[in-house]
Amino acid sequence: MSSTAVSTPSRFRVPGWVAPTGIALLFVVAYLIFQGTGTLPHNSEAPQFAAVTELREWIDDHRNDNPVFLYFLNYIRIFVEALFSLLQTTLYALGWPGLIGVMGALAWLAGGWRVALGAVAGFCSFGVFGLWQASVDTLALVASAVLLSLVIGIPLGVWAGLSVRVRKLFTPVLDVMQIMPHFAYLAPLALFFHIGAPAGVIATMIYSIPPAIRITALAIQRVSPTAVEASASLGATRAQTLLKVHLPLARSTMALAINQTIMMALSMVVIANLISAPGLGSDIIRGLSRAQVGIMLPAGLAIVVMAVVLDRMMVSVAKRDPRNKIGRSSLVVAAVLAGAGLIAAPLLPREWPANLTINLVSEINDVVLWAETSWFGVTSFIKDTFSNLVLNPLEHLFTSAPWWLVAAAVLVVAWRISGVRPALTALACLLAIALLGTWEHSMRTLTTVAVAVVVTLVIGLLLGVAAARWDTYSAFQRPLLDAAQTMPSFVYLLPALALFGTTRFTAIFASIIFAVPPVVRLVEDGIRTVPATVVEAATSAGSTSGQLLWKVQLPMARRAILLAANQGIVMTLAMVVVGALVGAGALGYDVVLGFSQRTDFGMGFVAGVAMVLLGVMLDRITQGADRRPSPTKGM
Amino acid sequence: MRESPDSGAIGVEGLWKIFGPRAERVLDSDDRFLEPGALREKTGCTPAVRDVSFEVSPGEVFVVMGLSGSGKSTLVRCLTRLIEPTAGRITIGGEDVRAASPARLRELRRHHVSMVFQHFGLLPHRRVIDNVAYGLEIQGTGKAARHARAADILSLVGLDGHADSYPDQLSGGMQQRVGLARALAVEPQVMLFDEPFSALDPLIRRDMQAEVVRLHREVGKTMVFITHDLSEALKLGERIAIMRAGAIVQIGTPEELVGAPADDYVADFVRDVPRSHVLTLRWIARPPEEGEPLDGPALPAVTLIKDAIGAASSSSRPIRVVDGDELVGVVDRVDLLSFLAGQDVSGLDVSGSDASGSDAVATA
Ligand SMILES: Nc1ncnc2c1ncn2[C@@H]1O[C@H](COP(=O)(O)OP(=O)(O)OP(=O)(O)O)[C@@H](O)[C@H]1O
Ligand SMILES: [Mg+2]
Repeated sequence: MSSTAVSTPSRFRVPGWVAPTGIALLFVVAYLIFQGTGTLPHNSEAPQFAAVTELREWIDDHRNDNPVFLYFLNYIRIFVEALFSLLQTTLYALGWPGLIGVMGALAWLAGGWRVALGAVAGFCSFGVFGLWQASVDTLALVASAVLLSLVIGIPLGVWAGLSVRVRKLFTPVLDVMQIMPHFAYLAPLALFFHIGAPAGVIATMIYSIPPAIRITALAIQRVSPTAVEASASLGATRAQTLLKVHLPLARSTMALAINQTIMMALSMVVIANLISAPGLGSDIIRGLSRAQVGIMLPAGLAIVVMAVVLDRMMVSVAKRDPRNKIGRSSLVVAAVLAGAGLIAAPLLPREWPANLTINLVSEINDVVLWAETSWFGVTSFIKDTFSNLVLNPLEHLFTSAPWWLVAAAVLVVAWRISGVRPALTALACLLAIALLGTWEHSMRTLTTVAVAVVVTLVIGLLLGVAAARWDTYSAFQRPLLDAAQTMPSFVYLLPALALFGTTRFTAIFASIIFAVPPVVRLVEDGIRTVPATVVEAATSAGSTSGQLLWKVQLPMARRAILLAANQGIVMTLAMVVVGALVGAGALGYDVVLGFSQRTDFGMGFVAGVAMVLLGVMLDRITQGADRRPSPTKGM
Repeated sequence: MRESPDSGAIGVEGLWKIFGPRAERVLDSDDRFLEPGALREKTGCTPAVRDVSFEVSPGEVFVVMGLSGSGKSTLVRCLTRLIEPTAGRITIGGEDVRAASPARLRELRRHHVSMVFQHFGLLPHRRVIDNVAYGLEIQGTGKAARHARAADILSLVGLDGHADSYPDQLSGGMQQRVGLARALAVEPQVMLFDEPFSALDPLIRRDMQAEVVRLHREVGKTMVFITHDLSEALKLGERIAIMRAGAIVQIGTPEELVGAPADDYVADFVRDVPRSHVLTLRWIARPPEEGEPLDGPALPAVTLIKDAIGAASSSSRPIRVVDGDELVGVVDRVDLLSFLAGQDVSGLDVSGSDASGSDAVATA
């Protein structure tokens, strides 16, 4: 971390900290002089917003006579709608006993009796929570979206895996897609596909397609080149090599791609309720917006259960040794399971029997209320202190600084951390945010993100270092991290909401617990991959373990730590935006408002764009010079 | 152009392969004569094969050797256009390979030429028998027929009883036998080997070399064999080509390479070879001197020098070196001893009487 600014070898060596400090001082002075000038306060009537609202009005009026809609977009919508209703009708037609039997059978084939038992118990729990119908809707939504993602994503992934040129074309697009917060997809889709299930499916599909493409491409790329060459040398056509070599060898990694796609879809499907997609999302969103944990807890649990069941199934498929062909006896068991369910379906009542459900809404609300009131002192103390000492001053700083000063600061910081090109991109994003009329709210969101990221990184570093140093602790922590990473993002809002009610702080708390696990994991892996020989050499030179950490392990894990910071920022941003539902305000709130208030649609839409710009900006600032090879470095 | 290349002859003429974006342009300029390093510096292109020409006659074992990075793998892949050559002419069985359409090229790869790879390239998700039958499967042969054929080949390479194993359940040597079987299963006229045994340990390598020699005797294919191991080259090769930086420096029989290396590079290459194990009496026979007795034991001119030592020590008279009935020359004990001591009688060794000769004897 030496300063590159003062590299001239002069006899009066300027210490490395002088230039950064000088620049920082300069900024402080500029802020003190210009504070309050050049701010761009929020105006919800801004012409930019109005223009988009008008565009929507126009589109709604012409949805059925403009050729682009008539002959293209509407057909897509009709097709997706048909797919969704087909799946939905099929799932309903199975009836609850049938669906449970079929899922049990599939899980049995995928991973044996444990997984099957999990699947049966999991699906029963949907009924027990009294959420059978909503769960089936969600399942149909996820299934449609995942199906579309795979149908489109796997061929694209295979193509990208086979061709370097295509890969180079896709990578930047996928990079941007992966840092877009969920919310950002909603408004444009509502614009083009109207609200409802089809738009929800398409939004979910777009959100979940990057891993399908990326991991498939990776899987294909990793196929042993000698095996491919051997196949070609025997005169195989490209199609033969693809079918007989690439795909079978990529199989288990591709199962992970499918798994990842399902997980992404599950976390999006809830948010899609904002554009009126049916399913569990409606309870969750309702619970969030009324701050009633009792409403959202069962639905949240149902989503988690669904995620866990599907994850177990897909992971078992990925792990299964393809040589153990599914035996006849397994098929018989599966057929019996599925058959039992299907035969039971007409015999048992159509609806999940009411006496088998438990309704805990009011009990949970009571517990939460009790918790809130009895811990009120503690939680409100934490909340208030934090808000007064950290959040408010920082927010004031960001919103009262002139826009050009913020822009200059971003440019300098990004330049220093990541280099010229990323810095220019970051600057461009910031300027676009200003032009869109979302400056003030973006600055507020930025404050929340910044605070959450700092806390996340501190906790993540501590836990990561601890895990890297003590194996027993690491072994204890791993399964927790694994579990945390299968959970759909908004689930983290639940405990936050229960503890802190609806405030900005709630969103911050949720995003911290959401983003900490991957950061911990990256830091731990980064430190652990420091070559053993280097550690040995340092130890034999007499370093204490503290010196070893500070002088060897952390510096050598710098790249992993930068990546962790980047990941933490992207995840925090996504969560802070969702946190709008529990009081985080600013951009996320604008988006939510855009869906509920027709006149504010424009503002919501633009806020979504601003989020993406903010995401790209933060990503560029922290991507570190070496995270992704820049296109110029290749040639 | 002949319709079916049923003879295994290979002809290569002026073959070039330059990796990089503007390969064609480099080839048309004088830059192509630059050394590979300099060329890469100047144009960003890597010349891997540079103006290579050779002929392999049907049934011959032709060995290509050279240091790592000298372009051997690239050369052998160019033969069936697994790597597309930049320029030159390649014929296999009289057919112009570079002019072949994609379909015709596939035909050629399916039926006439097959290849064995250094890292085996087996398909881990298929049983051994399905790996061996892969080439036939690609051709559309029915399952029963291809399995029958694969089973035959498996017993030919000594893998009876392993048909239902998976590749990773076999040792390295056995895996390479599977690779060999897969190449043999399509009944090619030509087999290409790219350092097939360099990933194996020395004992297994020796077994596999013996296996190739045996197979060559039994099935009589044309073989192009890449290696960087000189003893392997000497053991297998009827003729050996030595490559350096993409170009062939010398082509010849083992005897020619050891006895008359074309330049220092080749001489250096063959320096550690025990020359008495490679050279024959023909190399050291000299015309009889006046009055030299000509009633000593007679040995054919193709006798290896090391094998003549016994005869020389059991008789005090010079050995008569004969080719059929004709006397080629004589070799006496002094000749033999001075050859073994590194003082070359016929003066063929360009490196003269440096330490290498005595080294060779010491290792012999
Ligand atoms: N796909 C490629 N793109 C660019 N350069 C290549 C490519 N393949 C090979 N080369 C270069 O061509 C030269 C010859 O490589 P080749 O693999 O033919 O050598 P080799 O003699 O087989 O070496 P080894 O004994 O290590 O296998 C090397 O300099 C290599 O870097
Ligand atoms: Mg090679």
